[in-house]
Amino acid sequence: MTVRIELNGEPVSTEAATLADLLDEKGYNGAVVATALNGTFLPKGLRAAAPLSDGDAVEVVAPMQGG
Amino acid sequence: MDFYGFEPSSRLFLGTAQYPSPAVLGEAIRASGAEVVTVSLRRESGAARAGQGFWELIRSLGVRVLPNTAGCHSVREAVTTAEMAREVFETDWIKLEVIGEDDTLQPDVFGLVEAARILTDSGFKVFPYTTEDLVVAERLLQAGCEVLMPWGAPIGSGRGLNNVFALRAMRAHFPDVPLVVDAGIGLPSHAAAAMELGYDAVLLNTAVAKAGDPARMAAAFAQAVEAGRAAREADPMEPRDMAEPSTPVIGRAVLGDA
Repeated sequence: MTVRIELNGEPVSTEAATLADLLDEKGYNGAVVATALNGTFLPKGLRAAAPLSDGDAVEVVAPMQGG
Repeated sequence: MDFYGFEPSSRLFLGTAQYPSPAVLGEAIRASGAEVVTVSLRRESGAARAGQGFWELIRSLGVRVLPNTAGCHSVREAVTTAEMAREVFETDWIKLEVIGEDDTLQPDVFGLVEAARILTDSGFKVFPYTTEDLVVAERLLQAGCEVLMPWGAPIGSGRGLNNVFALRAMRAHFPDVPLVVDAGIGLPSHAAAAMELGYDAVLLNTAVAKAGDPARMAAAFAQAVEAGRAAREADPMEPRDMAEPSTPVIGRAVLGDA
């Protein structure tokens, strides 16, 4: 089933059933990232149990330069 | 000097942003002698994976990271960012920024105290980016912070220590709290001045990253921080208004009409 979500602010359609599946589908395999679902931190260990629904907002962040 | 039980060998903390290249960043960190560097979290693209190379570089340098919540304007954003940072960077340290005003990037001190309380309650070791306000500082300590990081001047402005009076008062008021001047430092002399005031460390980024030769500037800051700290420990003289000859007056030869 296709769901329409926002990934890092961009609208995307996905077949992924869970956040873990979404990361695999979008090329994040093995990457050091953290995730938030609808503004709430979603720990790595819970991604496989986090279903995606239409309208969900997913944030995927990684280490970056900072001051 | 002890930051949540960690004693860095250098009192210079360095930011990792705005360098001309990753190679120059690496050189600058090495030249600075900094053991603590700040990092952030930003959106990662599954195609570009830009953050992965940066993280490998930082890990290869063997430094300790202090993740920030830069750009967060609300308590909720800052707390969520801190939680994500703890997982990614595998540290409970967080440089807590809650920005209240965009022209000065002044901290929203009300949100800052609230977020600090939430984060210390969930086990974070919070390094709050704050103003020199003593009442706010007291509230941050009550919220569980064991380090305070007042600004020298607005972030990226390079103006140095805008309010020496207040920074001196803060040092005097909290003699046993580790204090770090964070933001606004533009020159090694500013860093030396902060150390002479008795601050335990300085945190800066732009002054090194935007220098024509970042590695050389990083080394200059390292020397300035050492000099300023040594001066503090050597107990400097008090300034005075009147001149007083340093050369002995007694024994001066009489050579002409007096």
